[in-house]
Amino acid sequence: MEEELRALLRDLDALKQRPDPAAVDRMRERVAGMVNPVGAAAARSKIKDMSAEVVDSNPYSRLMALQRMGIVDNYERIRDYSVAIVGIGGVGSVAAEMLTRCGIGRLLLYDYDTVELANMNRLFFRPDQVGMTKTDAAVQTLSGINPDVTLESYSLNITTVKGFETFLGSLKARSSDGRNTGVDLVLSCVDNYEARMVVNQACNELGQTWMESGVSEDAVSGHIQLLVPGETACFACAPPLVVASGVDERTLKREGVCAASLPTTMGVVAGLLVQNALKYLLKFGQVSPYLGYNSLKDYFPTMEMKPNPQCSNPACVQRQKEYMQSKPARDAAAKAKMDAEAAAADECPVHLDNDWNISVVDDSDTATPSILSTGAGSLPEGLVRELPTADSYQEPVAPVASGAIDDDLEELQRQLDALNAS
Amino acid sequence: MEGWDKGTKSVVGEIPLLSTRAGPRDGDAWRQRLKEEYRALIAYTSVNKSKDNDWFRISAANPEGTRWEGTCWYVHNLRRYEFPLQFDIPIAYPQVAPEIELPTLDGKTHKMYRGGKICLTVHFKPLWAKNCPRFGIAHALCLGLAPWLAAEVPILVDSGMVKHKDDEVAPADAAVASGSAAAS
Repeated sequence: MEEELRALLRDLDALKQRPDPAAVDRMRERVAGMVNPVGAAAARSKIKDMSAEVVDSNPYSRLMALQRMGIVDNYERIRDYSVAIVGIGGVGSVAAEMLTRCGIGRLLLYDYDTVELANMNRLFFRPDQVGMTKTDAAVQTLSGINPDVTLESYSLNITTVKGFETFLGSLKARSSDGRNTGVDLVLSCVDNYEARMVVNQACNELGQTWMESGVSEDAVSGHIQLLVPGETACFACAPPLVVASGVDERTLKREGVCAASLPTTMGVVAGLLVQNALKYLLKFGQVSPYLGYNSLKDYFPTMEMKPNPQCSNPACVQRQKEYMQSKPARDAAAKAKMDAEAAAADECPVHLDNDWNISVVDDSDTATPSILSTGAGSLPEGLVRELPTADSYQEPVAPVASGAIDDDLEELQRQLDALNAS
Repeated sequence: MEGWDKGTKSVVGEIPLLSTRAGPRDGDAWRQRLKEEYRALIAYTSVNKSKDNDWFRISAANPEGTRWEGTCWYVHNLRRYEFPLQFDIPIAYPQVAPEIELPTLDGKTHKMYRGGKICLTVHFKPLWAKNCPRFGIAHALCLGLAPWLAAEVPILVDSGMVKHKDDEVAPADAAVASGSAAAS
């Protein structure tokens, strides 16, 4: 490097004596090579169409092979999809890299934090990015990995009123074909309850499907969850553990200990999250409604959660109502699909003789739903519900000294100001 | 509320409870909630003054009442330590408690999140969650900020992280002091 600079200095001196445009061009090239020694050669140009051609220079050959293997019908559709990732930390940054390498169409990245050395036990960020905002550092790395992806960086705090408006606006921007939002999926990779409630609020308002992810404070377990407003439980449907169980939070959280984190657990959870997202977007396999990960026992529990009709989030209750109203249409569509499949299936009997008169009885429409449906009150004989049912949730009436506040807001402000001044 | 001292308990009892479950995005319901917030704050400030325990000033920093600013102070060894105080009403309020910030203490204690947000996780958040929507800003100050100040300010002062404003070395004096140190 030093040798090159010295040579350059000699040439500059020579140039001072005798101007020569060709020498200037040669020098310019040399300097450009020094400024960006690898990047200039390594960065690839944008690719218009994804090709399935198996050559070393095709970044998409292994992805397009998913079609040949019969896993995905049309992989190239991934370029039409937009995904918003909220929280570019240990999980979000890795999820963003995975989607970038998969060739997602557009990524929206949200975070208000900057990169710190304390983040280096996790994947993705590099020590030379310390001090940059996480979103800018992510855009820097991701655009180098795959220039085909459109990246949008939002460095803001979504929990404030102003940040939330920008957040909602960016989700709604570019909405086409009559949808509420311009994104196909929101991934929540945040590390606190407040921010999750904000993503929940935004997605409930917009009717936007989202996936939640989390890693436990002790870094050895995590989970992912699919949330479809109105159809599955929203994040506010179940009360927090401290409220539901009445346990003392001090038994759950050890005081004065900062949260632990492992690149392994975060990587596993990011992998589970993006795998579920790819299954959802590209329509293959089964999309998990909830998947837990306990790394100490390598236990992966799954479950489904129905929405709470008494959910404290009004937007969630509204989406539930809409979902109920669209039930006939959904049933008709499901029936049409079943019929089409039945028609396609072979009609001849499986067994020609049936000495024992065994027949298959359709039980999906009769017994089970009546037990599951709430408020039907039709429990099998001998069983009673532990808790009484209520048609509408009765908010416990607070013992407010109910002198209805008919004061003017300004009057109240003046009273407080007077107290403040005295 | 077990584990709380009698004084705090009796003061909390005098703050009117709120009833409207509404956040900044709920229009008229939020205005109603704001009135209840003001009523509770007025009552709490009056109680403090009557008990000679006045310890904060707070007022809305915007017409929508979604941002609040003020000061709070704590007396330790007969000296008064004062700190600017600020917070935003979160979007998911009141299900989510306000995150009270003391920006001048940012980075001076680990009982704090980035930006000077005091740690409320253990001593206050569960209480808030169980009492939603009846607790408001006044309760957050009384049960969230006050115990935090009582626990942290003495440690910060004794460890020298926080200096009383009379003990702050003025820049000019500091230059002289370091100059003389270099000369000696």
